[in-house]
This record gives sequence, structure tokens and C-alpha cells, in this order.
Amino acid sequence: MADERKLVLTRGIVKENPVFILMLGLCPTLGVTTQVINGLGMGAAVIFVLVFSNIFVSLLKNVIPNSVRIPSYIVIIAAFVTIVEMVMHAFAPAIYKALGIFLPLIVVNCIILGRAEAFANKNSVLDSFLDAIGMGVGFLLAVTLIALIREVFGSGTITLMAIGSFDGVIEIPLLYSYPVRILSLAAGALLLMGYLKAFFEWASARKRG
Amino acid sequence: MAYVALFITYIFINNFILTQFLGLCPFIGVSKNSESAIGMGMAVTFVMGIASIITWLVYNLLLIPLNLPYLQTLSFILVIASLVQFVEMIIQKNSPALYQALGIFLPLITTNCAVLGIAVMNISEGYNLMESFVAGVAAGIGFTLVLVLMSNIRERMDLHPVRKAFKGVPIAFISGGLMALAFMAFDKSLLTNLLG
Repeated sequence: MADERKLVLTRGIVKENPVFILMLGLCPTLGVTTQVINGLGMGAAVIFVLVFSNIFVSLLKNVIPNSVRIPSYIVIIAAFVTIVEMVMHAFAPAIYKALGIFLPLIVVNCIILGRAEAFANKNSVLDSFLDAIGMGVGFLLAVTLIALIREVFGSGTITLMAIGSFDGVIEIPLLYSYPVRILSLAAGALLLMGYLKAFFEWASARKRG
Repeated sequence: MAYVALFITYIFINNFILTQFLGLCPFIGVSKNSESAIGMGMAVTFVMGIASIITWLVYNLLLIPLNLPYLQTLSFILVIASLVQFVEMIIQKNSPALYQALGIFLPLITTNCAVLGIAVMNISEGYNLMESFVAGVAAGIGFTLVLVLMSNIRERMDLHPVRKAFKGVPIAFISGGLMALAFMAFDKSLLTNLLG
């Protein structure tokens, strides 16, 4: 039983990574990843919504009639997205502005609805919670990886939270003067995603032997 | 004239898939053959046009007077979900032929970020009712254009050898990236050249 729980928690991180393996939630993955801090903010917002929507869907799985389950899930998800929007607007206005339209669009992020439909409505609250954490962290890592590559090569910086005298921007010497500009543009995001996906296909094929 | 500019902007310059990254899931998922790409594109355009009008009305006539703009996300997704259901019912009843063509794509549209995206964008850009409608239809047409182009590319690609790791989704993304490069040629100067 403990092993099963561990699997539920960890499979979202690599083996069933929502972005690279399941190919869910692609729009925010490419849309907000021009700066590392935006990737982290997006990841955190998705983890929050995913955890609470999974918990509530799992709690209500015997109450919601089967025929209206999808609209009910959407309402649950939209409620938590609204909470995230308001909290971010109040406490992290810079990230709120940078994420822009992609913040309300978490509602239609297929990862969240997908986990509600495929996992939370069949499993216990604890399992759904673990699944949400695993999938959420998998998403956060994927988004941060893409943002890191795009920002380091595309503009030669790493933008993090500004704390005290540190303004939050790390400049990378050579790349800052000669960035590979295309990676910060839309076309570069699509190309990078293609090559990363090919890399993961190659790696998993090699592992299978 | 302003409407023409808006129309061109949303089809070419701010193309939803290639520059805004909205609607990537169908871009990858439904672009395997051109027939379903056209069906999906038409269904999305149809729903985006109507959704633009209705969400604009809901926001300006309901949420603003009641001082509830923070319910925007929640109400928009409900409007879109019920609209999609409603459109599906009407088409099924009145036009079986159209239903045959669009039927299987309609349920997928609720979770298409392009539809909620245009609804939110109309509000944040401060468009009026007519501008919202034009933007919605144009964004839908731009979506259809890229989806159909992509499906043609992928049909062609099936006939050519592609390395195993790149087969399917990775090569689709890379082709999309190259297409986005080509679309970068469309910028504000397109409008100045066309409309003076």
C-alpha cells in the first residue's frame, strides 16, 4: 500500500510528466515561459488549483450526479482559479501582470480537468491529494525547465524574485551581450518544445531498450 | 476601416496559435488530417464569434452593474460551457449534415483556451460589442487557417521518413515553430501597407 502511494506521488514528476509525456497544459507552458519567475508563478498557481480541485472533486464524488460531472468540475476549478487570481493580484502584482491572460486560462488547463476526471473522481481524498502534488510538481519542473532554457539563451538573464538589495536578475556574461533572440520569441518556444519532446522520446525509448 | 484592421490583426499579426499560444492542444491533437482540421476550425470560429458577443454582454450588462467583475472567469467558463452544449443541441436538431461534420469537435471546444482567451481579451482590451465580435470571428479564422495549414504539412510528412524520436508530436512542434517564423513577417507594417 505504501509503495502504491509512493507511485501515485512520484509518477507525475518524470514517468507521467504532464507536459512532456502526457502533453497536457501546453498553452501556459509556452505562453508564460519567457522569464523563470513567470514559470515558477504559473507552476505555483497550478499546484494550488490542482490540489484543491482534486481534494474537492474526490470529496464530492458521491454527491455529483454522473451526467453533470464535467460542468461541476469546471465550477470547482474556476472557483479556485478566481481565488488564485485575487491573491496574486494583491500580493504579487508583477507576476499577476506578466501571467496576464494565462491566469484565468488555468480554468481550461487540461491537466486539472484531466486529473479530476481520470483520477480524483475514482480515488480517496488522500490519494487525490498526493496525485495533485505529484502532477503539480511535474508541471512546475517542466515549466521552469523551459523558462530557464528560454531565458538563459534568449535574453542571457535569469529573473527571480527581487529580495532586498538583490534586484532579482542574474546576468550571464557572454549570452547577455549576444543572446539567441529567437528563443524568447514565439517561434523559438515551439521549436524548443519539439526538440525537448524528441529528447524525452529518445530517452524513454533507450530506457526501454 | 478600424474593423478591417482588427480583422487582419487577429488573423495574421496576433495569430492565436502561433503568436499567443492559445489553442495548442487541438493544434497538436486534431491536425492529423485536413478534414477534421477544417471541421474543428469551423466549430471553433462559430463558437468564438457567439461567445464573444455573449460574454461581452454578460460582463457589461450583468457583472459591471452588480459590481462583481471578479466573477469574470467563473461566469465566462459557465457561459461558454452552456453555449457549446446549446449550439450542439441546435445543430443536431436543425442541420444533421452540419452536425455530422462538427459534432465530435463541439464537446472539445469548452476546454479550448482560445475561446475563453478571446472572451477575456475582449474585456481587457476594452473592445465594444461589435469589435468583440469581429475580433472573435477573426481569431477563429486565424486559428482555422493555421490548423488547416498544419494538417496539410502533417499529411505530407507522413509520406517522408522521419527519425523515430521525432515522429508525431515533436516534428509537429518543430514545423509549427518554422511556421511561426514565417508568420513573424506579418507585423504592424502589414496594416500600414494594406490600409495606408
